Amino acid sequence: MNSEENPFLSHLVDQTRRSFLSGAGRFSLGAMAVQSLLEAKGGAAVVAENPLSPRTAPLKAKAKRVIYLHMSGAPPNLDIFDYKPELVKRSGQDCPDDFLKGRKFAFTTGVPKLMGTPRNFTQHGPGGIWMSDAVPNFHRIAGDVTVVHSMKTDEFNHAPAELLLYTGSPRQGRPSMGSWVTYGLGSENENLPGFVVLISSGTQPSGGQGCWGSGFIPSVYQGVQCRSKGDPVLYVSDPAGMSRETRRHTLDALKDLNALQADALGHPETMTRIAQYELAYRMQTSVPEVMDISKESPAVLEAYGAQPGEASFANNCLLARRLVEQGVRFVQLFDWGWDFHGTGPAEDIRDGLTKKMGRTDKPVAALITELKERGLLDETIIVWGGEFGRTPFREGRTAGGAVLGRDHYPDCFSLMLAGGGFKKGFAYGSSDELGFGVAENPVHVHDLQATILNQLGFDHEKLTYRFQGRDFRLTDVHGNVVRAIID
Amino acid sequence: MNGVYYRDFLILSAMQYFFTVSVVGLISATALGANAAGAGKVNFAREIRPILSNNCFHCHGPDDKHRKGNGDKGLRLDTEEGAFAALDSGFALVAEHPEKSLLLERILTKDKEEVMPPPKTGKKLTEKEVALIRRWIQEGAPYAGHWAYIKPVAPHVPEVSEPRWNSSAVDRFLFSRMRTEGLKPSAEADRETLIRRVALDLTGLPPLVEEVEAFKRDPAPEAYVRMVDRFLAKPSFGEHWARLWMDLARYADSAGYPSDPGRSIWAFRDYVIKAFNDNKPFDQFTIEQLAGDLLPGPSEEQIIATAFHRNTMTNNEGGTSDEEFRNAAVIDRVNTTWSVWMGTSMACAQCHTHKFDPLTQKEYFSFFALLNQTEDADRNDEAPLHQFLLPEEKTRKTTLEEKVASLEALFKTASPEWKQGFKDWDANFPRDLAWQGIGPSNVQSTNGAATQVREDGSILVSSSEKGGDSVTLVLPAPAADIEAFQLASIPDASLQEGGSSRSAKGAFILDQIRVSIVSEDPKAKARELKFRAVYATSAAAGFEPQTVVGLKAKADQNARNKGWNVANSTKSEALTLVPEKAVRLQPGESIRVELDQRSRKSEQLLASFALRVTSDSRAELLVATPPKIVAIMKEPAASRSPQNAAQALDYYVREHAPEAGKERAEYASRKKELDGLKPNTVPILRELAAEKRRVTKVQLRGNYLNLGDEVAPGTPGVFPALPAGALPDRLAMARWLVSAENPLTARVIANRFWESLFGVGIVRTSEEFGAQGEMPFHPELLDWLALELVRSGWDVKSFLKTLVSSAAYRQSGAVTPELQEKDPENRLVARGPRFRMSAEILRDQALFVGGLLSPTMYGKPVRPPKPNMGLSTAFGRANDWEVSAGEDRYRRALYTEVRRNSPYPSFTTFDAPNREVCTLRRNRTNTPLQALVTLNDPVFVEAAQALARKVITEGGSAAEGRIRFAFQRVLSREASGKEVDRLQRLIEEAAAAFEQDPARAKQMATDPLGALPAGADAREYATWTVFANVVLNLDEAVMRR
Repeated sequence: MNSEENPFLSHLVDQTRRSFLSGAGRFSLGAMAVQSLLEAKGGAAVVAENPLSPRTAPLKAKAKRVIYLHMSGAPPNLDIFDYKPELVKRSGQDCPDDFLKGRKFAFTTGVPKLMGTPRNFTQHGPGGIWMSDAVPNFHRIAGDVTVVHSMKTDEFNHAPAELLLYTGSPRQGRPSMGSWVTYGLGSENENLPGFVVLISSGTQPSGGQGCWGSGFIPSVYQGVQCRSKGDPVLYVSDPAGMSRETRRHTLDALKDLNALQADALGHPETMTRIAQYELAYRMQTSVPEVMDISKESPAVLEAYGAQPGEASFANNCLLARRLVEQGVRFVQLFDWGWDFHGTGPAEDIRDGLTKKMGRTDKPVAALITELKERGLLDETIIVWGGEFGRTPFREGRTAGGAVLGRDHYPDCFSLMLAGGGFKKGFAYGSSDELGFGVAENPVHVHDLQATILNQLGFDHEKLTYRFQGRDFRLTDVHGNVVRAIID
Repeated sequence: MNGVYYRDFLILSAMQYFFTVSVVGLISATALGANAAGAGKVNFAREIRPILSNNCFHCHGPDDKHRKGNGDKGLRLDTEEGAFAALDSGFALVAEHPEKSLLLERILTKDKEEVMPPPKTGKKLTEKEVALIRRWIQEGAPYAGHWAYIKPVAPHVPEVSEPRWNSSAVDRFLFSRMRTEGLKPSAEADRETLIRRVALDLTGLPPLVEEVEAFKRDPAPEAYVRMVDRFLAKPSFGEHWARLWMDLARYADSAGYPSDPGRSIWAFRDYVIKAFNDNKPFDQFTIEQLAGDLLPGPSEEQIIATAFHRNTMTNNEGGTSDEEFRNAAVIDRVNTTWSVWMGTSMACAQCHTHKFDPLTQKEYFSFFALLNQTEDADRNDEAPLHQFLLPEEKTRKTTLEEKVASLEALFKTASPEWKQGFKDWDANFPRDLAWQGIGPSNVQSTNGAATQVREDGSILVSSSEKGGDSVTLVLPAPAADIEAFQLASIPDASLQEGGSSRSAKGAFILDQIRVSIVSEDPKAKARELKFRAVYATSAAAGFEPQTVVGLKAKADQNARNKGWNVANSTKSEALTLVPEKAVRLQPGESIRVELDQRSRKSEQLLASFALRVTSDSRAELLVATPPKIVAIMKEPAASRSPQNAAQALDYYVREHAPEAGKERAEYASRKKELDGLKPNTVPILRELAAEKRRVTKVQLRGNYLNLGDEVAPGTPGVFPALPAGALPDRLAMARWLVSAENPLTARVIANRFWESLFGVGIVRTSEEFGAQGEMPFHPELLDWLALELVRSGWDVKSFLKTLVSSAAYRQSGAVTPELQEKDPENRLVARGPRFRMSAEILRDQALFVGGLLSPTMYGKPVRPPKPNMGLSTAFGRANDWEVSAGEDRYRRALYTEVRRNSPYPSFTTFDAPNREVCTLRRNRTNTPLQALVTLNDPVFVEAAQALARKVITEGGSAAEGRIRFAFQRVLSREASGKEVDRLQRLIEEAAAAFEQDPARAKQMATDPLGALPAGADAREYATWTVFANVVLNLDEAVMRR
């Protein structure tokens, strides 16, 4: 859509022309607030315009929202999606020098041994996507997804890699993907946060809150962490002993008293505050409602493997569906426990992976299936993956033990995408025969970011925010839209 | 679709205000400052350079690597030389000839291939901008350097007609500008508003009711100034300004990155509080933080100050490179130094020459070199650390040391009583104690080693291939009760080095010993013995022998260091086990001893040993006494040397004398306290020794492994050089920052202080003074302030006093629609400044008016209540914390523990940064989530409960009086009749609700603050808590006005 065709946007563009292209006037937006108050005082009702109010994307958008499922620690791509028969053949041999020369790995020194996958791979869906027996439930959604085998990143430690993926920079301080998206599009339900974060398995991701922070853009765009125990959103419950009725009475009093002030002193922000308190009051109902999965049918709960009251990944997948259904723009899930080094049985790519996946692939498949059934999949981008890949050789520290693990690996990994205009039943890119590098069609994490933004209707080079004199963007100074994986 | 539209549209939507509107006739900085209408000459610095910077410099600026145009030779527009240079096809600029200037031609052309800026950049000049450029060229296209890089010169201070506005330079500048813009200043605010404004701005806390009353009643002309002085002198002044500095210093009590472990660096925070309270001159404050360690004979305070740059993060994630993250820390220090003092985002030049400002990548790393010579290197232990004791700890230490010394002296001058005691002890000393060896009736080794019982009953175990063995011996019952057991290693010539194991140096390790009484009767259960003490004649460091029988280790040891480990002795060593009570065997019973050895190395098994028992109850005394003393005690008393006699007496007095029990107990407790008085630590900067200094090279594309040319330490060429003759080090750099020659620092600092008090800086982009920053709204005023700051000797309190004493600051904040329309952001300061208070002030204020806020200053961070999230940081500790006890629950927000990976949630909601990087200017958003904090966060609810109790106990019995009391306390003003009426209605509604529901009432009044005073009616307290909750949420309570 062209901006001039969008009444809301073109109206703003007009103002923009007049007041913002002058350069220095860029920030003089307080003016806007004032004007509306004046209008309001002129008789019209106060229209509180939330910075999260929905906006139409400037370009043609395939998708309206995102559910990003992040497996913190990085799942072993070679045991899930990237089938390498040659690696299996050469399993146990010394890793060729070429791959080690001048390289640093997190926990491996010397010459490690190649390790082919111990898992069975089969092809699924119309596109014949290779998938291992670790993900039986992905087999049935193979016709709905794109698997990219040629992802790459620049970082081989968790925190920098996650920050690079979510903020475009390996260092702290930049806005996160979810913040950029809500900044660009607002949210479709003002009674809920626009960007929701759900965490399972007890530990937050290595990149920390920076993965959902708003950096230097206004904090209204930062991810709001929701919980399945306690207040679903912090402080959403009234104080102990206060009834809803009394809360209503307090807000009515606040409204009247603040209005007296606004009359006396003429400050528009006072009216803004009244509006926020009303919004907060509505959130107090809408947030607990959307976060309560107990009313879902037993069949749905069973499809996800969800159990009301738990803080599980399965519950979070179901919540993700409920949230996007209610118009939340960006839902970010983090699940801990994917760092398959082999330092313990839970990190073994055989049994450990089977168990971890047993709690994972089913709810993901259920989410995709259910969104499809409800007609939401086409406009919802779903991403499943980690922050980097894992080595085609055994991790150095654990090579002597009985548990099979792999080290961090940035050069090549796999990622699964669904919905939002991504191709269905499609595999893209490939690694070399041993899985050490991208053989064709590399997709850098900046390219992934550019592509996600593209699907949401943004040119990633133009969705910017000026800070310290520079126009920052999610993709930093990189990124190309990967046209081959979108319809 | 043209990209620039929606970029700007998004910036619009990003605004903190919640309204969208149609806009006409705004005042913006440029509109006000510019002469777009055509009067006067075009000002290059203010009007043209920003246009060129925004639209052209990216490709035609300082960065010569990516410069475009003029074939491949590049066109440069940020310098006069470049802009007027001959090009292949003509000249970009021809003075006075717009029609011959290619710059204008390319802007105006309709040819999509030719037009500038290229359409794909999404940039396009407005007609007004084009007109300005045309006029500027007509006027000769004069160039000037960027305004902020030119040293300020004293501006002419205009005279103004209004006497009240003619006494301060600040007011004279502002007033004359208002007149130009057709505005009039507002009246002075009332005294209640003024004192509240000053109190919040200077101390971060509202005034006390008594202070408001006193100020209202003070008729003296200098009442205002005296009031300001009182707030400047309060200790809370330093706390408030330190809090602001903490954002710049990226102060946190954790090290950051995924595991985010705790970090002890609070001494730095305390240094900053003291510095502000002591009114340390800002130049000194700067030098101490950046290079206090390099000052001659630095004081402890100056060393602690250098922790400023140790607030960078440390990465403890496994598998990360220390050098990579040391480098990241130095990068952060460069960027932070430039941001805080120079208002310049240097970060761009890390990877490439700056696109907009004349800063090359080489210059970036020259500056980096200045900061690249400190010892710290991303180590987990944060070294180097400075150790220190707080004054009260120092005093305590001295007291304890003195007490210990006096007891020592007392012990040395033994009293006759003690000497007599020693004689008795001497007489009864077990010098002839007999151990009885017992030969086993049966020996078995679990890994099947052969065992041999020698004639004397000692045992030799043959070598075994496997490690890990358990030897079980059965011993016949001795005749008498057993007071102690002894296991002795027995040297044997057949073993390694003639020791008692097959390992070098006689080493062996015994993990566990179980001694049981077993009976012939197969039905009887074995009785395992418990021991109360274990003594060894030799034990390797880090091993505590008592752990062999399951007694606790004293040190915090890991499991590996359990057991009796003899590491270096081929002599006979003995391990004595003292049972809890004497062991008596019944007929038919025998002793079973199991010796567990888990070492995987078979040579470390104890191979030759004997078991002994004694029936002498003094056994423990003997083995507990050091061998040296035992030897003395074995000498006949008469033949002991005086030294030996004294040593034995001293031992007796310190360890055994019942006559000295009181002194011994005191000595032990003092000594324990003294040993426990560990110094506090703070990470500091320390320069590397000369021979260890690092070579700095340009890091290509910002990659620390991809190195270019070596660079010498220095400062960028566009600025004055480091002082000649001085070593080019951190100290020189710090002095350079605050030298009178530096064009930026004083402006940046003055602007930041202005921003703190007036809500928006004179340069709005207080974080960016470079070409991409905003022009100063009032350049002359800014320059005057900068020069004034330097002239005063960087006197911060005096500078702040100048600002808050101005007529401009003292204006009423009320606004008319006309004024609001003309100057929505109050940049002309034709009314009093008004803005939302920070997260920290909001919390402190709530606790303060509730009477809960603790006045305690300084020290370790505290942990006020926060919701439990049940999450941990990656590879780290739990994010949830145990709430601090006592008044630490109510300390000022400044003292709340800052964890970068789980920042205090309510602060985050109000835009507090997580302190991972330096934050120069917080956003000031207003969101519904904030309303949820001040309405429902238990911290705010608790404050409301406390306020309600004050209102009830101190506000009289009538509702109206109570309402008025609360208004005075929270808002520092009288409630109006309308307000009283409206709140009375609320109170009636709330009272009615609680009337029927005493259980709810009790919760509302006490959870979480705690029980009500005896006889209190919970319904009344609940009602007033609801009322207090409303008052604390009034717009006025949230705004500093």
